[in-house]
Amino acid sequence: MKTRTFPSLSVGEKLPTVSIPITRTLIVAGAVASRDYQDVHHDSDLAKERGSKDIFMNILTTNGLVGRYVTDWTGPGGFLSRVDIRLGVPNYPDDTMVFTGEVIALRDDEVDPARGVVDVSIAGANTMGNHVVGTVSLTLPKQEV
Amino acid sequence: MTQDHSHSLAELVGQSTGPPWVGLDPVNEPMIRHWVEAMGDANPIYVDAGAALEVGLESVIAPPTMLQAWSMVGLTGTLERDSQRGQVKEIEHPNDRMMRLLDEEGFTSVVATNCEQEYLRPLKPGERIAVSSVIETISDVKKTGLGVGRFSTTRSDFYVVDDSFPEDPEGRTNAITSAEHVGTMRFRILKFAPGAQAPTMPPRPRPAITQDNEYFYEGLKAGKLLIQHCTECGTLRHPSLPGCGACGSLEWDTVESAGAGEIYSFVVVHYPQVPSFEYPLPIGLIALDEGTRIVANLDLDVDSIAIGMRVQARIDKLDDELSLPIFISAAS
Repeated sequence: MKTRTFPSLSVGEKLPTVSIPITRTLIVAGAVASRDYQDVHHDSDLAKERGSKDIFMNILTTNGLVGRYVTDWTGPGGFLSRVDIRLGVPNYPDDTMVFTGEVIALRDDEVDPARGVVDVSIAGANTMGNHVVGTVSLTLPKQEV
Repeated sequence: MTQDHSHSLAELVGQSTGPPWVGLDPVNEPMIRHWVEAMGDANPIYVDAGAALEVGLESVIAPPTMLQAWSMVGLTGTLERDSQRGQVKEIEHPNDRMMRLLDEEGFTSVVATNCEQEYLRPLKPGERIAVSSVIETISDVKKTGLGVGRFSTTRSDFYVVDDSFPEDPEGRTNAITSAEHVGTMRFRILKFAPGAQAPTMPPRPRPAITQDNEYFYEGLKAGKLLIQHCTECGTLRHPSLPGCGACGSLEWDTVESAGAGEIYSFVVVHYPQVPSFEYPLPIGLIALDEGTRIVANLDLDVDSIAIGMRVQARIDKLDDELSLPIFISAAS
């Protein structure tokens, strides 16, 4: 798998749009893989009792999907250094979340001169609005690896 | 609010949520595999040592976004915590105390609103993760879209510790200061009373609908923000008028606005208070990108509003007869 190099990027570059089907399986598997056993992420009856429409995605899964969206674009040599997100509407089952992103800044890596830091603004929207908006920072090599 | 714990809550700000906690399992490949399968993440550096070497890593690494997962209490811990909810514990740590006080204020529901994670270096299988957290902020009581409640931000610092890390709380508190700091997380939650303000509020006052402005309200009901457009000279106008202010023509149609614009001016109404609104009530004059202005409510924190701020319309269905545009931050 190829990795994007830092000099190949420019501010304003759009990331490819990626659609993630929000299945019940994704919500439950994500909650369990992140060891989050709050009932609202796996038990529909209890989620409804607590005033929610259905089970909904936990924040750790959202973080995981945001990270995946950005590193799928950079390739395996892109190392995440920061994920800063704000949550909006919940991700309920049987919806689709559409990720969009854009390069907003390119900076020097203070730790490793062979790499540069990329800031990407991202949004993940479902049919009710933005589930997540935020900024992801990651480092990329300046030369092909 | 059933009780007001403002004073007690203020005392908790800046306090550690409890002694440092060590994750139940060290960073390990089975948990990494479960994670990448759940996320559908095909990045090979999390599972394939060869691929990790190729990009300059020493071994496979954990997905950085798993940071918090290494510190979760697991199913047993969750069940134990749920069963003790609402009780005063023998040893009540500041975080338990904060949650209990907020529950007592009637803010029994919780939702995460923000999460900011910083990864100082990748984590490798075999590393034991300890976490130490501090209550950074607890807000005043706020009215939100979900209900009345308070926001709280907790900052957690993650460390890699070895087998010599002590078991006792005091030993841990001392030892953590010399451990290797590998990550940070700020987690903001809203503790709220669901729908607390909804039932008592009477419906909004009705607009006077005429032949000239009916398109506007019908458009909103269909989820569209329509603006009057002079078919003679092309000038947009709002609010609705029978004739064009620029050329005098009585011929017009409508264009759909994308709802994007900036705050041209605004006021925050404190008094007089009408029971169908929440106060303080911010009202904006929005310069739409299409080139006309519109007056609408703002769903913005009053302190954050500034002239020139980019905003985006959201159309709220208030009831079956009335939908209205309300402007939110374009950043959200």
